[in-house]
Amino acid sequence: MTKNVLDFEKPIFDLESKLEEMRKYQDTLDIAEEVKSLEEKVIHLKKAVYGNLTRWQRVQLARHPERPYTLDYIYLMTDDFIELHGDRYYKDDKAIVGGFAKMDDQTVMIIGHQKGRDTKSNLYRNFGMPNPEGYRKALRLMKLAEKFNKPVITLLDTPGAFPGIEAEENGQAEAIARNLLEMSRLKVPIIVVIIGEGASGGALGIGVGDRILMLQNTWYSVISPESCSSILWRSWDYKEQAAEALKLTAEDLLEQKIIDRIVPEPLGGAHKDHMQIATGLKKILMSELVALLKLKPEKLVQNRLKKFGSMGVYSE
Amino acid sequence: MGWFSRSKQNISPESQKRDIPDGQWVKCDGCQEIIHKNQMESNLWVCQKCNHHFRINSDNYISIIFDKGSFREMDKKMRSADPLKFTDTKTYKDRIESTIKKSNLYDAVKTGMGKVDGRRISFACMDFRFIGGSMGAVVGEKIARAIEKAFTNKIPMVIISQSGGARMMEGAYSLMQMAKTSAQLARLADAKIPYISILTDPTTGGTTASYAMLGDVIIAEPKALIGFAGPRVIKQTIGKDLPEGFQRSEFLLEHGFVDLIVNRKDLKAQLSQLFEYMS
Repeated sequence: MTKNVLDFEKPIFDLESKLEEMRKYQDTLDIAEEVKSLEEKVIHLKKAVYGNLTRWQRVQLARHPERPYTLDYIYLMTDDFIELHGDRYYKDDKAIVGGFAKMDDQTVMIIGHQKGRDTKSNLYRNFGMPNPEGYRKALRLMKLAEKFNKPVITLLDTPGAFPGIEAEENGQAEAIARNLLEMSRLKVPIIVVIIGEGASGGALGIGVGDRILMLQNTWYSVISPESCSSILWRSWDYKEQAAEALKLTAEDLLEQKIIDRIVPEPLGGAHKDHMQIATGLKKILMSELVALLKLKPEKLVQNRLKKFGSMGVYSE
Repeated sequence: MGWFSRSKQNISPESQKRDIPDGQWVKCDGCQEIIHKNQMESNLWVCQKCNHHFRINSDNYISIIFDKGSFREMDKKMRSADPLKFTDTKTYKDRIESTIKKSNLYDAVKTGMGKVDGRRISFACMDFRFIGGSMGAVVGEKIARAIEKAFTNKIPMVIISQSGGARMMEGAYSLMQMAKTSAQLARLADAKIPYISILTDPTTGGTTASYAMLGDVIIAEPKALIGFAGPRVIKQTIGKDLPEGFQRSEFLLEHGFVDLIVNRKDLKAQLSQLFEYMS
């Protein structure tokens, strides 16, 4: 049973606890009927709750502390991962991890934001908020992949690029901008997957690619609902409205033609079954890779320019 | 209290807005000097006493940089389609309409081609008057098209940034403009066509984290605020006061992120010289 219960999950949690309690007496008392009907009730309730999530609830699921993170996906989807470290200028950023790995028989460069699970590991990972050296490490690894003609997979999950003094001194904006430019002309396939939070430039800094996928319960936008609320409503209390207004869910982004595909999650979210989501994602990644690996490098780059060139709605 | 003294302060200063006011006299934000408007204009809206560079608009920059009458604007009437039907305390649609009326601009950038000392260039200039110079789909598309013009005509590209960052009211679309413009600049770079980025006060957020920081040469006006995160956010995050001069042009020069700080009066000559070196 999960410890981290979100507000809207409370009725499900209560019912499940009751069910568990009843099961204890199943052998001694004749309550099989009641247990069965309660089981059905739980399933119905789950479908009702998880099938009608608001955008803010999606944001909460995307941030669920038990969700699989980049390293979890790497261990569940690939073999023989060798993590590579450092930007070769300054430091090794712990908020972005990456390295070579085997996905079935295909060698890939896999890179992603990395959050921590508890206070200690979150401090170590800086809550998944990269500094410039993280973006520069990511770029170094992508160039390495390009040199040896290996496809790149990036996993996005960040509350944003870190807003700090050092980050500014070391060129946070330049590091992100450089990645956008270099990723747009990288001569190997890039698949981008939003696995949790896709907060603004901090996410996009490793998010330019040929195929953009989003897990079902994730968000991706120009700003977090909280910050949007604080700027536009001048109060932190309008995050639900801000989430609605920003239209930041996977379904929204598919409709906006910004992403290509939604990766379905287990009922209740990716954290309910790490193996199931990782297996599902791997299958999709492999099929996408097969298609992309058939394209010539020039064609890939040309398509990428066109892809991002077509994003946006305006009237003339 | 004398009979002539004011019982309450009924004229409050417009503290945040630093556009050029309509009156004949202007107070310098740098040294408090009172300067006549004509004098300001002839000095390109720079204080003669303390060299404070006032924020000016895209039309002003066009008149400073281009040979007289040579600039031709492109995509002038492109405007936002409000794809998200965004509403906060008021609707984005109303916000756009009232801003268009007030500013006489259709969005936060002017693009076009013209001549600088006889040399044709493609050009984009952001304008803070339109929703804080924020970048949405119109800004991204117009800039991308201007870069394409530089590419197809093999002429230098210049972008003047003056922007609070990506525009919230267009959500992920705004974010993607960063990738769209950067991808165009990658192609321009591969074709060995020069791109000069000019940063003015302020240049922050997604604008800085895309085309503004990608110039072959990056020029900043003196003392402009330039950064990724806004100073208020950083202060809140780290819980400390920020060092003097933090995120100003001189700070970026010192840390290696701009090439030159150029006074407005020298801007055109410097551009011309750089074009010559990079051709």
